[in-house]
Amino acid sequence: MLPDTPRPESLQPGEVLWLTTTVNGTRYEEVVDSRLTLADFLRGQLRLTGTHLGCEHGVCGACTVLVDGDAVRSCLMLAVQVDGRSVETVESLAEPDGELTPLQEAFSRCHAVQCGFCTSGFLMSATAALREGPVTTPGQAREVLSGNICRCTGYAGMVQALLEVGEGAPGGE
Amino acid sequence: MIGSPVLRREDRRLLTGSAVYLDDIELPGAYEAAFLRSPHASARILSMDTSAAAALPGVLGVWSGHDLAQLAKPIPPKVTHPELQDVPRYSLPPESVHFVGEPIAVVVAVSRYVAEDALDLIEVDYEVRPAVSSTAAALAPDAPLVHEHLESNVAVHITQRAGHPDQALAEAPHRLSETFTVHRGGGHSMETRGVAARYDVGTGQLTVWDTTQSPHYVRNMLAFLYELSEDEIRVIAPADVGGGFGPKAQFYGEEAVIPFLARLLQHPVKWIEDRRENFLATMMERGQTHRVEIGFDDDGHILAVKDVFEHDQGAYCAGLQVPTITLSTLPGQYKIPNIHSELYACYTNMVPTSSVRGAGRPQAVVAMERMVDRMAEHLGLDPAEARRRNLVQADEFPYRAGLTFRDGSPLTYDSGNFPELLARVLERVGYDEQREQQKELRARGVLRGIGLAGYVEGCGLGPYEGSRFRLKNDGTILVTLAAAPQGQGYETVYAQIASDAMGLDMEHIWVRTGDTSTIPFGQGTFASRNTATAGPATLQAGQLMRERILSVAGVLLKADPSDLTFVGNRVQVKDDPDRSVTLKDVAQVANVGRHGITLPPGVVPGLETTSYFAPERAAYASGTHVAVVDVDPETGAVDIVAYVIGHDCGTVVNPLLVDGQVLGGFAHGIGNALLEQSFYDSSGQPQSTSYLDYSLPSAVEVPPVELVHVHSPSPLNPLGAKGAGEGGTIPAPAAIANAVEDALRPFGARITELPLSPAKIVAALSAARSGAGPSDTTIHGEV
Repeated sequence: MLPDTPRPESLQPGEVLWLTTTVNGTRYEEVVDSRLTLADFLRGQLRLTGTHLGCEHGVCGACTVLVDGDAVRSCLMLAVQVDGRSVETVESLAEPDGELTPLQEAFSRCHAVQCGFCTSGFLMSATAALREGPVTTPGQAREVLSGNICRCTGYAGMVQALLEVGEGAPGGE
Repeated sequence: MIGSPVLRREDRRLLTGSAVYLDDIELPGAYEAAFLRSPHASARILSMDTSAAAALPGVLGVWSGHDLAQLAKPIPPKVTHPELQDVPRYSLPPESVHFVGEPIAVVVAVSRYVAEDALDLIEVDYEVRPAVSSTAAALAPDAPLVHEHLESNVAVHITQRAGHPDQALAEAPHRLSETFTVHRGGGHSMETRGVAARYDVGTGQLTVWDTTQSPHYVRNMLAFLYELSEDEIRVIAPADVGGGFGPKAQFYGEEAVIPFLARLLQHPVKWIEDRRENFLATMMERGQTHRVEIGFDDDGHILAVKDVFEHDQGAYCAGLQVPTITLSTLPGQYKIPNIHSELYACYTNMVPTSSVRGAGRPQAVVAMERMVDRMAEHLGLDPAEARRRNLVQADEFPYRAGLTFRDGSPLTYDSGNFPELLARVLERVGYDEQREQQKELRARGVLRGIGLAGYVEGCGLGPYEGSRFRLKNDGTILVTLAAAPQGQGYETVYAQIASDAMGLDMEHIWVRTGDTSTIPFGQGTFASRNTATAGPATLQAGQLMRERILSVAGVLLKADPSDLTFVGNRVQVKDDPDRSVTLKDVAQVANVGRHGITLPPGVVPGLETTSYFAPERAAYASGTHVAVVDVDPETGAVDIVAYVIGHDCGTVVNPLLVDGQVLGGFAHGIGNALLEQSFYDSSGQPQSTSYLDYSLPSAVEVPPVELVHVHSPSPLNPLGAKGAGEGGTIPAPAAIANAVEDALRPFGARITELPLSPAKIVAALSAARSGAGPSDTTIHGEV
C-alpha cells in the first residue's frame, strides 16, 4: 500500500509510517502503523508465521528474531524500529533447497522439539550464541537456552543438541 | 517398529517455521475479537454501555451476555457427581461475575488492535461483592457465599473408605498427622488458547479451528449450545498445537462465542488469547490442603491412612475429575488395609480449576509420601526401607486397593513392579553411598537431603478412542485419529503402530488427527490415555486393513491371502517375487473401480477399516523418583545435585518420545516443587499475571535427570500400553519436599507448603531455630 493511498474508512486513523527493511535477505518497503509490533509485522504483514508469540511481554522468547545479528524479542520492538536494518527469522535458517542447518538437524536428532511452538525462538537465540563462539559445556548450553522457555521437553534434548553442534564434548551431560 | 526410537515426522516443519498453528491459518480478512473481562472477583453487573465502543471506526459489533440470549445455556461440568451443588457457568454471564477475568462482552473489529481500543470504551457499572480467594476462606464461618443461592461454598463432599480406618487409627501403636498445602499453578502451554471460525452460507457448514485437546468434545458442546446437529459443525484441532497440558481439554465460553459470531456475521472471526488472558481466564489446578493422619506399627507397617482435603474448585465446577482422582490416588504403591479419603471441593472467587498435567495426583502423592517419610523419621527407619516394607508386591496384581477410581471402576492396579522400581532407582542414584556422603557433608555443615516418592497413575481412561484406516488412491495408507496432538508426535507414533499392525513399511503410512469431519466419534487427548486407547484401536484397525488388502490382492494374484506379504508398496506372493501387485493397483480395483463395470469375483470393495477400542477399566502406570538436594540455609536456595526417575508405562512404542514425555513432565514437576504459584490477594485479585511474577522453569532450573525404565505391560489392552505423559510430574514435588526436609532434619524444620520458595525454606528454618519446632506436626498415641 502506498502512503497516499486512502485508508479504508473503517480503519483507525493512526500515524502511518514508511518502513524499509531487509528480512531474510529480501528488501521490503512497507507502510505500517506506528504501533505495530515487529512480531505482528513479520507474522501479519509479511506472513512469516514461523515467529511465534508466547507471552507478548518479553519473557518466553518464542518471538526471538535477529536484528542486525542480535537476538531480540520481536514482541517488544515496534516494526518501525527495524527501518534500515536487517532482520533474520527462523524461515532463513534452512537452505533454499531444504537442507537443515546442523543445529536444526541436532534438534530433531536429540528430540529437542515437541509441540514446536517455542522452537523458532530457541533456534534463533542459539544461532546468535553459536555465531559468537563455541558452546562447549552443559553449563554454557543451559545459559544460552535460559533466555527462552519450553514447556514440553525439559530442555535435555536442547542441551544435547547445542553441545553436539557447539564443538562440545560428545555425550553432553 | 513398536519399540524403536524413530525420529519424528513432525520435526521438519516445526524447525523451519512452516508449521501452521491456529494463528497462522490463512483466513483472509478475518475479523478479530477481544473480550471484556471482569476486573472484580465477585460483582453484580448493574449496567453496561457499549455504544462508544460500537461506534469506533473498525468495530463490527459489541455483544454482552444480554445480546447473545441464544447462548444463555450454561456449560455443563465435564465430570459430575450426584451430590454436586452445580451452578451455571455461562459463556458470557449477563448478571454477575465470579472471578477476575471472566468474560462479559466481546468486541469484533477489523484487527485485534482496534478491538482492544474498543474494550477501553465500554462502560460497566458493578456492585462489588465480598470475595473468597482460598478454600480456608471459603469454609470459614460466615464466609461470603461465592454463589448467593447456595447454602455454603462446598460444591461437593465425597468420602471413600476401605476397611475400618477410624478403628484402625484408634488402635494403631503410632499415629502422626500433618497438614500440607499445595498452591495453585497452571498449565502454561507456550501457545495460548485460540479459536477461529468460518460459516459457509452455501453449505450451512460452520467450520471451527480450535487449539483444543478434544475436537469432538468441542463439536458436541457447540451442537448442544447452538441446538444444531453435530453434522453442521466441523471442529478442527490444527495438526500443530503449541502444548496442551490439560487446560485445553476443557470447554470455555470463548469457544462458544467466536463460532457463534462467525455464523451471525457470516464472516470469519478469530480470537487468540493473549498471555494476560491466559493468566486470568484459563483454568488452573493444584490448589488443595490435606490434613493427613497415618497409623503404623513398631515395624513401620502402615495400618491406616486418613486424608481429609479441601480442593479449590474455583468459581464454577468445570468438572470434578481432578479432586476425584486425588481421592483414589492416596494409597499409591502401598498396601494399606484401612483408608479414609475425604474431599471438600470448594467454590472460590478465582478462575475455575481443571486438569493440569498430573491432574490431582501430585497433591495426593504429597499427602502420602510426605507421611511415609515422617513415619520413617519417627521410627528411626531409613525412608527407603520404610517404603519397601509396605509396597504392593509384584505377584499381587491385579491388586484391589479398596477405593473407586474416577472412571467409576474399583481401583484395581492391573500390573506393575514397585519393589523393582524402588530397587532400580536406589541402585542408579547410589543410595547407600549417597547416605554416607550425606553424613560426611552434614559434619561439614552442608545441608544435603535425599527424598523419595512413588506413585500409581490411573491412565488410559475410557470410554473409547477410535482409529480409521483407508487405502488411498495413490496406494498409501491414511490413518485417521479423532485424538488431537499437542506435541506428542502422533504422526510418528501411530504410524509405527500401524506399520506393525499391517506388516507394511512406515513410509507408506500417513497419520491425520483432530478433525471431526474425518472420523465421527472421539474423546480427545487427556489423562495419559491415547497410547492405551487409540493405540489398540490402531492396532486392530490396521490388522483388519491388512486382511482386507491381502484378500483383494489374493483375488488379483490368484493366490491364497495367507501366502501373500507386503514388500515395499507391493503385495507379493511370498516365494515368488514375480507375482505381485502394487497397493495403488489394489486401490484402483477395490476403491476407485470403473464406472458400471462388475468387480472381479471375490473382491470386497471399499478398503476402509475402523476400530474403536474401549478399555474395560483404567490401566495403572507407576514410577518412583529420588532427589538429592543441597539447601543453602542463608538464602533458602535448593540445588538439585542428582535426580533419578524410575518409570513404568508398560509397552513403550517409541522410547525417544516416551523419554521426552517424562523429561518434559519432570520440568513441570520442578515448577510445581520450587517455582510456580498463582497468587491471589484476599479480595480475589490475581497477583501473578505475567512471567515476571510467575516463574516457569528455564534450562538453568531444570537439572539433568537419569531415567530407568521398568516395563510391566498392561493386560487390559492388546498393545500392553499405559500412559506416559504425566509420570514425570506427579511425584516430583513430593520427592523434592522430602529431600529438602531431610536436608533440614538437623534443625527439625518442617516443610508443609508447596511450591518451596526460598522464603518458605528460610521461614521454616527460622521457626525451627527459634524453638517453635515442628508446629504443624501432632504426635498422638505414644504409649
